Amino acid sequence: MSNRLFLPAALAFGLILFGACRAVHNDYVFFAGYVVLQYVVLATAWNLLGGYTGYVNFGTAAFFALGAYSTVVLHKLFPLPIPALMLVGGLVSGIVGLGMGYLTLRLRGVFFSIATLALAVVAQTLITNWDFVGGSRGVYIVRPNETPILGSYVQYLFLAMLVLAVIAVATARAIERSRLGYGFAAIRDDELAAEASGVPTLRLKLVATTLSGAFMGMAGAPLPYYVTYLDPASGFSLAYAVNAIAMPLIGGTANWVGPLVGAVFLGTAQQIATVTIESALNLLIVGLLLVGFVIVAPNGIVGLVHGRARGRSS
Amino acid sequence: MDLSYDLLTNAIVAGVLLGGFYAAVTIGISIAFGMLDIVNIAHPAFVILGSYIAYLLNTTLGLDPILGGLAMLPVFYALGALVYEVYYLAFERRGQESLRGLAFFFGLLFITEVALVLVFGVDYRFVEAPYIGPSLHLGFVGVPLRMLVPCVTALLMFGALQLFLSRTFVGRAIKAVSQNALALQLMAANPRRIKRTAFAISIATTAIAGALLIIIQPVEPSVGRDYIGRVFAICVLGGMGSLPGTLLGAMLLGIVENLTATFYGPSWSPAIAFGALLLTLALRPAGILGR
Repeated sequence: MSNRLFLPAALAFGLILFGACRAVHNDYVFFAGYVVLQYVVLATAWNLLGGYTGYVNFGTAAFFALGAYSTVVLHKLFPLPIPALMLVGGLVSGIVGLGMGYLTLRLRGVFFSIATLALAVVAQTLITNWDFVGGSRGVYIVRPNETPILGSYVQYLFLAMLVLAVIAVATARAIERSRLGYGFAAIRDDELAAEASGVPTLRLKLVATTLSGAFMGMAGAPLPYYVTYLDPASGFSLAYAVNAIAMPLIGGTANWVGPLVGAVFLGTAQQIATVTIESALNLLIVGLLLVGFVIVAPNGIVGLVHGRARGRSS
Repeated sequence: MDLSYDLLTNAIVAGVLLGGFYAAVTIGISIAFGMLDIVNIAHPAFVILGSYIAYLLNTTLGLDPILGGLAMLPVFYALGALVYEVYYLAFERRGQESLRGLAFFFGLLFITEVALVLVFGVDYRFVEAPYIGPSLHLGFVGVPLRMLVPCVTALLMFGALQLFLSRTFVGRAIKAVSQNALALQLMAANPRRIKRTAFAISIATTAIAGALLIIIQPVEPSVGRDYIGRVFAICVLGGMGSLPGTLLGAMLLGIVENLTATFYGPSWSPAIAFGALLLTLALRPAGILGR
């Protein structure tokens, strides 16, 4: 399917999904669905950098929380509608992503990953010490209960996140089959060889880190309105970083389907485990699945399915 | 002026003591990451595990935490050997250690932390020992025994490991495998076995480091995260795989952190470690005493 057809098709699929959720007549579906969609965006964004170019980012939570905190700042100064907040959050995190991209000049492989972890803690310390956004005490956000067209506010947030998820997946899919995508793959396989054959590695890496960061920021922007109370410990929670890595690795990092499958599978499983078992236990499940999958099925669910299909045809 | 001079001296002394403890936490990473190229970001989680075991031994048997840590050395050694075998079979042998190996250790970190939360809850735990309350007073400088004992223990462990690595056959083999594994293989030594021993030693140090941690401060499962940045900052700052560099880096970080906490407030001190790490990585990736 060409890129021009994919986006409308995906949007149509999203709208059907939204309609189906409305038919359930229970707002909890939207409440849980929002989290799953948020993880679709995070996993896809992480994979733009981690899966395509091979640079492992441990700082997902920082980009996500910076998006959320730019919303907090704007909420205090002049409140904007959610889509505009997403753009601002994306811009802030995108700029930080660009800065992180310049780190790749000096830092390859593991050192880059450790630096992203460091970046996350520095950002968290800055936010914790910034009283304007609540500091370590956190901040309460009062949100309207109703919106004019949709009715409940959660549905509005859900719809915004749904559109963002569709855009993120479509972007990942478009990049995968473009010159950009081949350039990313060349960097992942052998950066030195890519540079030597004329691939503009730095420019491509900057595109990847900026895009990846921007999408993470956009995913975080509506968070304050969703949770209505935000403190640094929950905004910068390690769970976001672990999930953003676990979902693509469990789904498969090679293409856009993997993070989507991983996020839907793991995100839904977590939502179910949270209500039926216990929320600490569901994090344990994520960790165990992550370790299990990287050992047993290095190419994720998509790899397993492909492997089986190939086995049958030959 | 007089007061701030006192404060400064006290902060520096406290920083040196803290630095000694940091060295104990980092030495395992210096071996695993600096010498073996195994990016064990779960190292601090093992330290916390060590803390909780020292806590259990202390509260149930009344055992001194440091003795408890020593008693646990063989157990942690075996645990380390096990983790290395899994790592070798699943990643190193297939040449996939970069992305998936990293994810593996990240997962281990997370599993350990959540498992500790499930077993012990998120309350702070502490141990009891005769040297936790009192302090020595040397003029205007106060030296709490709670800091001095861990620092001295850490230095002893440090010295023992330095002697082991430079004087014994196995120790030299570990240094050799960090320089050239293929050449070692040509000398009819088995790199896998030597790396397993080295990694097991690196995990064994966390039994002691964990015991020292719970002497210095009360521990809850997520405390380990603060140390991820610190240990890698120290390891990179001092120079990869150099034990004297590690000690130097640890002291430096301890002093700077303590000065920051004294003069600007403790909520800024996490940023110091990571800021130092980012700066080192950006300016001199080889570290102070790097190869």
